[in-house]
Amino acid sequence: MSAIVLTGVSLALGGRTILDNIDLDIAEGEFIGVLGPNGAGKTTLLRALLGLITPMRGSIRVLGQTPGRGNPAVGYLPQTRSTLARRISGHDFVAATLHGDRWGLAHQDATERREVARVLDLVGASDLARRPLADLSGGERQRLLLAQALLGTPQVLLLDEPLMSLDPHRQKVVVALVGDLARHLKLTVLFSAHELNPLIGTMDRVLYLGGGQAALGTVAEVITGPVLSRLYDTTIEVVHLGDRIFVLSAHGTTGLEGHCHADGHVHV
Amino acid sequence: MFEYDFMRTAFAAAAIVSVVSGVVGYFLVLRGQVFAGHALSHVGFTGATGAVLLGISPLWGLVGMTVLGGIGMGLLGSRLAERDVTIGIVLSVSLGLGLLFLHFFTAHATQATALLFGNVMGVDVPTLWNLAGLGAVSLTGLAVISRPLLFATLQPEVAEARGVSLRLVSVLFLSVVALAVAECVQIVGVLLVFTLMVGPAATAQALTARLGRGILLAAVIALVEGIGGVALAYVTDWPTSFWIATLSGGAYALASLRR
Repeated sequence: MSAIVLTGVSLALGGRTILDNIDLDIAEGEFIGVLGPNGAGKTTLLRALLGLITPMRGSIRVLGQTPGRGNPAVGYLPQTRSTLARRISGHDFVAATLHGDRWGLAHQDATERREVARVLDLVGASDLARRPLADLSGGERQRLLLAQALLGTPQVLLLDEPLMSLDPHRQKVVVALVGDLARHLKLTVLFSAHELNPLIGTMDRVLYLGGGQAALGTVAEVITGPVLSRLYDTTIEVVHLGDRIFVLSAHGTTGLEGHCHADGHVHV
Repeated sequence: MFEYDFMRTAFAAAAIVSVVSGVVGYFLVLRGQVFAGHALSHVGFTGATGAVLLGISPLWGLVGMTVLGGIGMGLLGSRLAERDVTIGIVLSVSLGLGLLFLHFFTAHATQATALLFGNVMGVDVPTLWNLAGLGAVSLTGLAVISRPLLFATLQPEVAEARGVSLRLVSVLFLSVVALAVAECVQIVGVLLVFTLMVGPAATAQALTARLGRGILLAAVIALVEGIGGVALAYVTDWPTSFWIATLSGGAYALASLRR
Protein backbone atom coordinates (compact mmCIF):
# COMPACT_ATOMS: atom_id res chain seq x y z
CA MET A 1 0.00 0.00 0.00
CA SER A 2 1.08 3.57 -0.61
CA ALA A 3 2.11 5.71 2.35
CA ILE A 4 2.51 8.97 0.46
CA VAL A 5 0.95 9.85 -2.87
CA LEU A 6 1.33 13.16 -4.70
CA THR A 7 -0.70 13.77 -7.84
CA GLY A 8 0.08 16.80 -9.99
CA VAL A 9 1.23 18.78 -6.98
CA SER A 10 2.60 22.31 -7.30
CA LEU A 11 4.01 24.02 -4.24
CA ALA A 12 4.80 27.71 -3.93
CA LEU A 13 6.54 29.72 -1.25
CA GLY A 14 6.07 33.48 -1.14
CA GLY A 15 4.66 33.53 -4.66
CA ARG A 16 7.58 31.55 -6.11
CA THR A 17 6.85 28.10 -7.48
CA ILE A 18 9.20 25.64 -5.77
CA LEU A 19 7.87 22.35 -7.10
CA ASP A 20 5.82 22.15 -10.28
CA ASN A 21 3.39 19.37 -11.17
CA ILE A 22 4.99 16.59 -9.14
CA ASP A 23 3.74 12.99 -9.11
CA LEU A 24 5.09 10.65 -6.45
CA ASP A 25 4.09 7.29 -5.03
CA ILE A 26 5.94 6.10 -1.94
CA ALA A 27 5.11 2.69 -0.54
CA GLU A 28 4.67 1.90 3.15
CA GLY A 29 7.94 0.96 4.80
CA GLU A 30 10.13 2.62 2.18
CA PHE A 31 13.22 4.60 3.18
CA ILE A 32 13.49 7.53 0.80
CA GLY A 33 16.52 9.80 0.67
CA VAL A 34 15.40 13.29 -0.37
CA LEU A 35 18.24 15.08 -2.14
CA GLY A 36 18.77 18.23 -4.09
CA PRO A 37 20.48 21.61 -3.88
CA ASN A 38 19.51 24.33 -1.40
CA GLY A 39 16.21 25.86 -2.34
CA ALA A 40 15.16 22.86 -4.45
CA GLY A 41 12.17 22.31 -2.17
CA LYS A 42 13.20 19.58 0.26
CA THR A 43 11.90 21.43 3.32
CA THR A 44 8.90 22.77 1.38
CA LEU A 45 7.90 19.24 0.39
CA LEU A 46 8.19 17.98 3.97
CA ARG A 47 6.19 20.95 5.27
CA ALA A 48 3.49 20.24 2.69
CA LEU A 49 3.33 16.62 3.88
CA LEU A 50 2.81 17.98 7.42
CA GLY A 51 -0.07 20.17 6.25
CA LEU A 52 1.85 23.40 6.94
CA ILE A 53 1.77 24.38 3.26
CA THR A 54 -1.29 23.89 1.08
CA PRO A 55 -0.49 22.93 -2.53
CA MET A 56 -1.48 25.41 -5.26
CA ARG A 57 -2.58 22.53 -7.41
CA GLY A 58 -2.87 18.78 -7.14
CA SER A 59 -3.57 16.45 -4.27
CA ILE A 60 -1.43 15.06 -1.46
CA ARG A 61 -2.31 11.91 0.43
CA VAL A 62 -0.40 10.82 3.53
CA LEU A 63 -1.59 7.42 4.75
CA GLY A 64 -4.72 7.94 2.67
CA GLN A 65 -5.57 11.34 4.15
CA THR A 66 -5.09 14.96 3.23
CA PRO A 67 -2.20 16.22 5.38
CA GLY A 68 -3.34 18.05 8.48
CA ARG A 69 -1.50 19.66 11.36
CA GLY A 70 -1.28 17.47 14.41
CA ASN A 71 -1.49 14.08 12.68
CA PRO A 72 -0.08 11.69 15.31
CA ALA A 73 0.86 9.17 12.60
CA VAL A 74 3.54 11.52 11.28
CA GLY A 75 6.78 12.17 13.21
CA TYR A 76 8.79 15.25 12.30
CA LEU A 77 12.39 16.30 12.84
CA PRO A 78 12.68 19.94 11.76
CA GLN A 79 15.71 21.55 10.16
CA THR A 80 15.69 24.80 12.09
CA ARG A 81 17.08 24.11 15.50
CA SER A 82 16.79 27.55 17.00
CA THR A 83 16.33 26.48 20.56
CA LEU A 84 18.92 23.81 21.17
CA ALA A 85 21.27 25.69 23.48
CA ARG A 86 18.84 25.88 26.37
CA ARG A 87 19.77 24.88 29.88
CA ILE A 88 17.16 22.17 30.09
CA SER A 89 17.68 18.43 30.27
CA GLY A 90 17.32 16.30 27.17
CA HIS A 91 14.62 14.32 28.91
CA ASP A 92 12.47 17.37 29.60
CA PHE A 93 13.09 18.57 26.05
CA VAL A 94 11.70 15.35 24.58
CA ALA A 95 8.89 15.21 27.16
CA ALA A 96 7.71 18.69 26.13
CA THR A 97 6.70 17.27 22.74
CA LEU A 98 4.43 14.61 24.20
CA HIS A 99 0.87 15.99 24.30
CA GLY A 100 2.39 19.47 24.04
CA ASP A 101 -0.59 20.45 21.91
CA ARG A 102 -2.95 20.13 24.87
CA TRP A 103 -3.72 22.88 27.34
CA GLY A 104 -2.95 22.45 30.98
CA LEU A 105 -0.14 21.84 33.42
CA ALA A 106 3.09 20.54 31.93
CA HIS A 107 3.16 17.61 34.28
CA GLN A 108 3.85 14.09 33.01
CA ASP A 109 1.88 11.19 34.42
CA ALA A 110 3.33 7.67 34.73
CA THR A 111 2.14 6.59 31.25
CA GLU A 112 3.69 9.66 29.66
CA ARG A 113 6.96 9.14 31.51
CA ARG A 114 7.09 5.55 30.27
CA GLU A 115 6.50 6.74 26.71
CA VAL A 116 9.35 9.25 26.96
CA ALA A 117 11.62 6.57 28.44
CA ARG A 118 10.66 4.22 25.59
CA VAL A 119 11.66 6.61 22.78
CA LEU A 120 14.85 7.64 24.56
CA ASP A 121 15.75 3.98 24.81
CA LEU A 122 14.93 3.41 21.13
CA VAL A 123 17.55 5.95 20.06
CA GLY A 124 20.02 4.98 22.80
CA ALA A 125 19.76 8.35 24.51
CA SER A 126 18.57 7.35 27.98
CA ASP A 127 21.85 8.37 29.61
CA LEU A 128 22.61 11.54 27.71
CA ALA A 129 19.03 12.76 28.28
CA ARG A 130 20.01 13.58 31.86
CA ARG A 131 22.38 16.31 30.71
CA PRO A 132 21.40 19.86 29.70
CA LEU A 133 20.88 20.39 25.98
CA ALA A 134 23.45 23.17 26.03
CA ASP A 135 26.17 20.66 26.99
CA LEU A 136 25.39 18.10 24.26
CA SER A 137 27.14 17.64 20.91
CA GLY A 138 25.33 18.00 17.60
CA GLY A 139 25.03 14.23 17.19
CA GLU A 140 23.64 13.81 20.69
CA ARG A 141 21.02 16.50 20.12
CA GLN A 142 20.14 14.79 16.87
CA ARG A 143 19.32 11.62 18.80
CA LEU A 144 17.00 13.56 21.08
CA LEU A 145 15.27 15.18 18.11
CA LEU A 146 14.85 11.75 16.58
CA ALA A 147 13.44 10.49 19.90
CA GLN A 148 10.76 13.19 19.97
CA ALA A 149 9.81 12.32 16.37
CA LEU A 150 9.14 8.73 17.53
CA LEU A 151 6.71 9.71 20.32
CA GLY A 152 3.30 8.17 19.90
CA THR A 153 3.39 5.53 17.24
CA PRO A 154 4.16 7.32 14.00
CA GLN A 155 3.98 5.37 10.74
CA VAL A 156 5.72 8.05 8.74
CA LEU A 157 8.91 9.89 9.72
CA LEU A 158 9.77 13.18 8.03
CA LEU A 159 13.39 14.01 8.81
CA ASP A 160 14.67 17.35 7.58
CA GLU A 161 18.47 17.28 7.22
CA PRO A 162 19.33 15.23 10.30
CA LEU A 163 22.95 15.03 9.13
CA MET A 164 23.49 18.77 9.00
CA SER A 165 26.77 19.82 10.67
CA LEU A 166 27.71 16.28 11.72
CA ASP A 167 31.09 14.77 10.91
CA PRO A 168 31.15 11.77 8.50
CA HIS A 169 31.39 9.21 11.30
CA ARG A 170 28.39 10.66 13.18
CA GLN A 171 26.49 10.86 9.89
CA LYS A 172 26.91 7.11 9.39
CA VAL A 173 25.78 6.42 12.95
CA VAL A 174 22.61 8.52 12.54
CA VAL A 175 21.75 6.97 9.16
CA ALA A 176 22.28 3.45 10.53
CA LEU A 177 20.13 4.26 13.57
CA VAL A 178 17.26 5.59 11.45
CA GLY A 179 17.59 2.61 9.10
CA ASP A 180 17.36 0.15 12.00
CA LEU A 181 14.39 1.96 13.55
CA ALA A 182 12.58 2.09 10.21
CA ARG A 183 12.97 -1.67 9.70
CA HIS A 184 12.18 -2.47 13.29
CA LEU A 185 9.10 -0.24 13.59
CA LYS A 186 8.04 -0.63 9.92
CA LEU A 187 8.24 3.11 9.31
CA THR A 188 8.07 4.99 6.06
CA VAL A 189 10.97 7.46 6.14
CA LEU A 190 11.64 10.61 4.15
CA PHE A 191 15.20 11.60 5.01
CA SER A 192 16.41 14.81 3.44
CA ALA A 193 20.12 15.32 3.10
CA HIS A 194 22.74 17.37 1.36
CA GLU A 195 24.97 14.45 0.51
CA LEU A 196 24.12 11.26 -1.26
CA ASN A 197 26.85 8.95 -0.03
CA PRO A 198 25.94 8.57 3.66
CA LEU A 199 22.51 7.25 2.60
CA ILE A 200 23.69 4.72 0.00
CA GLY A 201 23.03 1.20 1.21
CA THR A 202 20.37 2.30 3.69
CA MET A 203 17.82 4.04 1.52
CA ASP A 204 15.51 2.07 -0.75
CA ARG A 205 15.01 4.83 -3.27
CA VAL A 206 16.17 8.38 -3.82
CA LEU A 207 13.97 11.38 -4.47
CA TYR A 208 15.97 14.03 -6.27
CA LEU A 209 14.56 17.55 -6.40
CA GLY A 210 15.86 20.26 -8.70
CA GLY A 211 14.58 22.98 -11.02
CA GLY A 212 11.01 22.54 -9.76
CA GLN A 213 11.07 18.90 -10.85
CA ALA A 214 11.39 15.61 -9.00
CA ALA A 215 12.88 12.25 -9.92
CA LEU A 216 12.10 9.20 -7.78
CA GLY A 217 13.83 5.87 -8.27
CA THR A 218 16.72 3.71 -7.24
CA VAL A 219 20.15 5.32 -7.05
CA ALA A 220 21.07 3.57 -10.30
CA GLU A 221 18.00 5.04 -12.01
CA VAL A 222 18.13 8.59 -10.69
CA ILE A 223 21.76 9.44 -10.01
CA THR A 224 22.74 9.38 -13.66
CA GLY A 225 24.07 12.04 -15.98
CA PRO A 226 20.93 12.31 -18.12
CA VAL A 227 18.42 12.48 -15.23
CA LEU A 228 20.38 15.04 -13.20
CA SER A 229 21.22 17.05 -16.34
CA ARG A 230 17.49 17.34 -16.96
CA LEU A 231 16.81 18.42 -13.33
CA TYR A 232 19.60 20.98 -13.31
CA ASP A 233 19.09 21.98 -16.92
CA THR A 234 22.81 21.75 -17.60
CA THR A 235 25.33 19.00 -18.27
CA ILE A 236 25.97 16.85 -15.20
CA GLU A 237 28.30 13.90 -14.96
CA VAL A 238 28.11 11.14 -12.41
CA VAL A 239 31.32 9.44 -11.39
CA HIS A 240 31.46 6.16 -9.47
CA LEU A 241 34.48 5.73 -7.26
CA GLY A 242 34.38 2.43 -5.38
CA ASP A 243 30.98 2.41 -3.69
CA ARG A 244 30.83 6.19 -3.58
CA ILE A 245 29.16 8.41 -6.12
CA PHE A 246 30.18 11.92 -7.13
CA VAL A 247 28.00 14.35 -9.00
CA LEU A 248 29.99 16.77 -11.12
CA SER A 249 29.16 19.71 -13.28
CA ALA A 250 30.92 19.27 -16.59
CA HIS A 251 31.66 22.95 -17.11
CA GLY A 252 32.10 23.99 -13.52
CA THR A 253 29.42 26.63 -14.02
CA THR A 254 29.40 28.88 -10.98
CA GLY A 255 25.74 28.52 -10.02
CA LEU A 256 26.12 24.79 -10.01
CA GLU A 257 29.38 24.41 -8.19
CA GLY A 258 27.68 24.75 -4.85
CA HIS A 259 25.33 21.91 -5.69
CA CYS A 260 28.05 19.67 -6.90
CA HIS A 261 30.14 20.35 -3.88
CA ALA A 262 27.20 19.61 -1.67
CA ASP A 263 26.41 16.38 -3.45
CA GLY A 264 29.74 14.90 -4.07
CA HIS A 265 32.61 16.58 -2.22
CA VAL A 266 34.42 17.30 -5.49
CA HIS A 267 34.89 20.64 -7.14
CA VAL A 268 35.52 20.88 -10.84
CA MET B 1 10.33 44.16 62.85
CA PHE B 2 7.10 42.16 62.73
CA GLU B 3 5.43 44.40 65.29
CA TYR B 4 4.66 47.05 62.65
CA ASP B 5 1.67 46.62 60.34
CA PHE B 6 3.50 48.15 57.39
CA MET B 7 6.34 45.66 57.81
CA ARG B 8 4.00 42.68 57.88
CA THR B 9 2.30 44.03 54.76
CA ALA B 10 5.68 44.59 53.13
CA PHE B 11 6.79 41.02 53.87
CA ALA B 12 3.52 39.60 52.54
CA ALA B 13 3.72 41.72 49.39
CA ALA B 14 7.35 40.78 48.79
CA ALA B 15 6.54 37.10 49.28
CA ILE B 16 3.62 37.08 46.83
CA VAL B 17 5.41 39.07 44.16
CA SER B 18 8.67 37.12 44.51
CA VAL B 19 7.04 33.75 43.97
CA VAL B 20 5.05 34.98 40.96
CA SER B 21 8.12 36.67 39.46
CA GLY B 22 10.34 33.65 40.04
CA VAL B 23 7.98 31.21 38.35
CA VAL B 24 6.98 33.45 35.43
CA GLY B 25 10.60 34.57 35.06
CA TYR B 26 11.73 30.95 34.65
CA PHE B 27 9.75 30.67 31.43
CA LEU B 28 10.82 34.15 30.33
CA VAL B 29 14.49 33.18 30.63
CA LEU B 30 13.89 29.78 29.03
CA ARG B 31 12.26 31.49 26.05
CA GLY B 32 15.05 34.04 25.76
CA GLN B 33 12.54 36.88 26.09
CA VAL B 34 14.07 38.75 29.02
CA PHE B 35 14.36 41.93 27.00
CA ALA B 36 10.62 41.81 26.32
CA GLY B 37 10.03 41.67 30.07
CA HIS B 38 12.25 44.68 30.54
CA ALA B 39 10.39 46.60 27.84
CA LEU B 40 7.02 45.72 29.39
CA SER B 41 8.06 47.32 32.66
CA HIS B 42 8.90 50.54 30.81
CA VAL B 43 5.57 50.46 29.00
CA GLY B 44 4.04 50.02 32.45
CA PHE B 45 5.76 53.20 33.61
CA THR B 46 3.82 55.16 30.98
CA GLY B 47 0.62 53.47 32.14
CA ALA B 48 1.24 54.23 35.79
CA THR B 49 2.16 57.89 35.28
CA GLY B 50 -0.71 58.31 32.82
CA ALA B 51 -3.09 56.84 35.39
CA VAL B 52 -1.83 59.26 38.06
CA LEU B 53 -2.43 62.10 35.62
CA LEU B 54 -6.01 60.90 35.10
CA GLY B 55 -6.56 60.39 38.81
CA ILE B 56 -6.70 56.58 38.61
CA SER B 57 -4.65 54.23 40.79
CA PRO B 58 -1.18 53.80 39.24
CA LEU B 59 -1.40 50.02 39.76
CA TRP B 60 -4.29 49.72 37.31
CA GLY B 61 -2.57 52.00 34.85
CA LEU B 62 0.44 49.73 35.11
CA VAL B 63 -1.57 46.55 34.65
CA GLY B 64 -3.56 47.97 31.76
CA MET B 65 -0.53 49.14 29.82
CA THR B 66 1.68 46.12 30.46
CA VAL B 67 -1.07 43.74 29.39
CA LEU B 68 -1.77 45.77 26.25
CA GLY B 69 1.97 45.89 25.59
CA GLY B 70 2.26 42.13 26.14
CA ILE B 71 -0.55 41.37 23.72
CA GLY B 72 0.95 43.77 21.19
CA MET B 73 4.38 42.17 21.41
CA GLY B 74 2.87 38.71 21.17
CA LEU B 75 1.00 39.68 18.00
CA LEU B 76 4.11 41.28 16.50
CA GLY B 77 5.78 37.92 16.19
CA SER B 78 6.69 34.79 18.02
CA ARG B 79 10.39 35.28 17.46
CA LEU B 80 10.52 38.29 19.69
CA ALA B 81 14.10 37.64 20.70
CA GLU B 82 15.15 38.85 17.26
CA ARG B 83 13.23 42.08 17.57
CA ASP B 84 15.67 43.87 19.84
CA VAL B 85 15.56 47.13 17.93
CA THR B 86 11.76 47.37 17.86
CA ILE B 87 11.52 46.58 21.54
CA GLY B 88 14.30 49.01 22.38
CA ILE B 89 12.52 51.83 20.57
CA VAL B 90 9.14 51.06 22.15
CA LEU B 91 10.90 50.95 25.51
CA SER B 92 12.51 54.35 25.22
CA VAL B 93 9.42 56.03 23.77
CA SER B 94 7.39 54.66 26.69
CA LEU B 95 9.83 55.95 29.26
CA GLY B 96 9.91 59.35 27.55
CA LEU B 97 6.12 59.51 27.50
CA GLY B 98 6.03 58.56 31.17
CA LEU B 99 8.41 61.39 31.92
CA LEU B 100 6.10 63.82 30.09
CA PHE B 101 3.10 62.65 32.15
CA LEU B 102 5.14 63.20 35.31
CA HIS B 103 6.05 66.67 34.09
CA PHE B 104 2.35 67.56 33.89
CA PHE B 105 1.75 66.27 37.36
CA THR B 106 4.69 67.55 39.34
CA ALA B 107 2.88 67.38 42.70
CA HIS B 108 3.74 63.70 42.92
CA ALA B 109 7.46 63.80 42.31
CA THR B 110 8.05 61.06 44.89
CA GLN B 111 5.74 58.87 42.86
CA ALA B 112 8.38 58.82 40.13
CA THR B 113 11.03 57.40 42.43
CA ALA B 114 8.56 54.83 43.76
CA LEU B 115 7.70 53.72 40.24
CA LEU B 116 11.26 53.63 39.00
CA PHE B 117 12.84 51.96 42.02
CA GLY B 118 9.91 50.46 43.91
CA ASN B 119 8.49 51.11 47.37
CA VAL B 120 7.50 47.91 49.10
CA MET B 121 7.23 49.67 52.48
CA GLY B 122 4.51 51.88 51.00
CA VAL B 123 2.22 48.95 50.05
CA ASP B 124 -1.12 49.25 51.87
CA VAL B 125 -3.52 46.44 52.67
CA PRO B 126 -5.90 47.01 49.71
CA THR B 127 -2.88 46.97 47.38
CA LEU B 128 -1.73 43.76 49.02
CA TRP B 129 -5.05 42.12 48.16
CA ASN B 130 -4.77 43.40 44.62
CA LEU B 131 -1.29 41.90 44.37
CA ALA B 132 -2.57 38.58 45.68
CA GLY B 133 -5.42 38.59 43.16
CA LEU B 134 -3.21 39.54 40.21
CA GLY B 135 -0.64 36.95 41.27
CA ALA B 136 -3.30 34.24 41.39
CA VAL B 137 -4.54 35.18 37.91
CA SER B 138 -1.00 35.23 36.56
CA LEU B 139 -0.02 31.83 38.00
CA THR B 140 -3.33 30.21 37.02
CA GLY B 141 -2.93 31.50 33.48
CA LEU B 142 0.61 30.15 33.36
CA ALA B 143 -0.52 26.74 34.62
CA VAL B 144 -3.19 26.51 31.94
CA ILE B 145 -0.81 27.35 29.08
CA SER B 146 2.33 25.68 30.46
CA ARG B 147 2.14 22.55 28.29
CA PRO B 148 1.85 24.23 24.89
CA LEU B 149 4.13 27.02 26.14
CA LEU B 150 6.97 24.60 26.85
CA PHE B 151 6.40 22.80 23.56
CA ALA B 152 6.37 26.06 21.59
CA THR B 153 9.43 27.28 23.50
CA LEU B 154 11.60 24.20 23.09
CA GLN B 155 10.48 23.00 19.66
CA PRO B 156 8.58 25.71 17.82
CA GLU B 157 8.75 23.95 14.43
CA VAL B 158 7.40 20.66 15.73
CA ALA B 159 4.79 22.47 17.85
CA GLU B 160 3.55 24.27 14.75
CA ALA B 161 3.34 20.98 12.87
CA ARG B 162 1.35 19.52 15.74
CA GLY B 163 -1.22 22.29 15.49
CA VAL B 164 -0.06 24.60 18.28
CA SER B 165 -0.61 28.27 17.44
CA LEU B 166 2.76 29.85 18.26
CA ARG B 167 1.24 33.31 18.10
CA LEU B 168 -1.62 32.53 20.49
CA VAL B 169 0.79 30.92 22.95
CA SER B 170 3.08 33.93 22.71
CA VAL B 171 0.25 36.43 23.28
CA LEU B 172 -1.10 34.51 26.26
CA PHE B 173 2.34 34.10 27.78
CA LEU B 174 3.26 37.76 27.40
CA SER B 175 -0.06 38.69 29.05
CA VAL B 176 0.96 36.53 32.00
CA VAL B 177 4.37 38.21 31.98
CA ALA B 178 2.68 41.62 31.86
CA LEU B 179 0.76 40.87 35.06
CA ALA B 180 3.89 39.62 36.77
CA VAL B 181 5.82 42.70 35.67
CA ALA B 182 3.07 45.01 36.97
CA GLU B 183 3.34 43.21 40.32
CA CYS B 184 7.09 43.34 40.32
CA VAL B 185 7.12 47.11 39.75
CA GLN B 186 5.33 47.55 43.08
CA ILE B 187 8.24 45.97 44.89
CA VAL B 188 11.45 46.74 43.00
CA GLY B 189 10.31 49.36 40.48
CA VAL B 190 10.39 49.65 36.70
CA LEU B 191 14.16 49.77 36.39
CA LEU B 192 14.88 46.77 38.60
CA VAL B 193 12.26 44.30 37.36
CA PHE B 194 15.14 42.07 36.22
CA THR B 195 16.22 41.49 39.82
CA LEU B 196 13.13 39.40 40.58
CA MET B 197 12.06 38.27 37.10
CA VAL B 198 15.41 37.27 35.62
CA GLY B 199 17.94 36.88 38.43
CA PRO B 200 16.31 33.99 40.34
CA ALA B 201 15.29 32.20 37.12
CA ALA B 202 18.77 32.45 35.64
CA THR B 203 20.28 31.28 38.95
CA ALA B 204 17.91 28.30 39.01
CA GLN B 205 18.78 27.36 35.41
CA ALA B 206 22.47 27.49 36.26
CA LEU B 207 21.86 25.06 39.12
CA THR B 208 19.55 22.49 37.52
CA ALA B 209 18.53 21.43 34.03
CA ARG B 210 15.37 19.71 35.28
CA LEU B 211 12.23 21.65 34.54
CA GLY B 212 10.17 20.98 37.67
CA ARG B 213 13.09 21.50 40.00
CA GLY B 214 14.11 24.63 38.12
CA ILE B 215 10.70 26.26 38.49
CA LEU B 216 10.53 25.40 42.18
CA LEU B 217 14.08 26.60 42.73
CA ALA B 218 13.41 29.90 40.91
CA ALA B 219 10.39 30.50 43.18
CA VAL B 220 12.34 29.69 46.34
CA ILE B 221 15.36 31.81 45.35
CA ALA B 222 13.09 34.75 44.48
CA LEU B 223 11.25 34.34 47.77
CA VAL B 224 14.47 34.31 49.82
CA GLU B 225 15.79 37.34 47.92
CA GLY B 226 12.51 39.27 48.25
CA ILE B 227 11.99 38.58 51.96
CA GLY B 228 15.71 38.96 52.64
CA GLY B 229 15.72 42.30 50.86
CA VAL B 230 12.87 43.66 52.99
CA ALA B 231 14.50 42.41 56.22
CA LEU B 232 17.90 43.85 55.33
CA ALA B 233 16.28 47.16 54.39
CA TYR B 234 14.61 47.30 57.80
CA VAL B 235 17.85 46.58 59.60
CA THR B 236 20.09 48.90 57.59
CA ASP B 237 17.54 51.54 56.54
CA TRP B 238 18.95 51.24 53.00
CA PRO B 239 16.48 50.84 50.09
CA THR B 240 14.80 47.41 49.72
CA SER B 241 15.39 47.37 45.97
CA PHE B 242 19.12 47.81 46.51
CA TRP B 243 19.18 44.74 48.76
CA ILE B 244 17.05 42.62 46.45
CA ALA B 245 19.19 43.60 43.47
CA THR B 246 22.37 42.80 45.39
CA LEU B 247 21.08 39.43 46.62
CA SER B 248 19.84 38.58 43.13
CA GLY B 249 23.14 39.48 41.49
CA GLY B 250 25.17 37.75 44.18
CA ALA B 251 23.16 34.52 43.93
CA TYR B 252 23.57 34.47 40.17
CA ALA B 253 27.31 35.10 40.41
CA LEU B 254 27.72 32.26 42.92
CA ALA B 255 25.64 29.87 40.80
CA SER B 256 27.66 30.74 37.70
CA LEU B 257 30.94 30.15 39.51
CA ARG B 258 29.76 26.76 40.67
CA ARG B 259 28.94 25.71 37.13
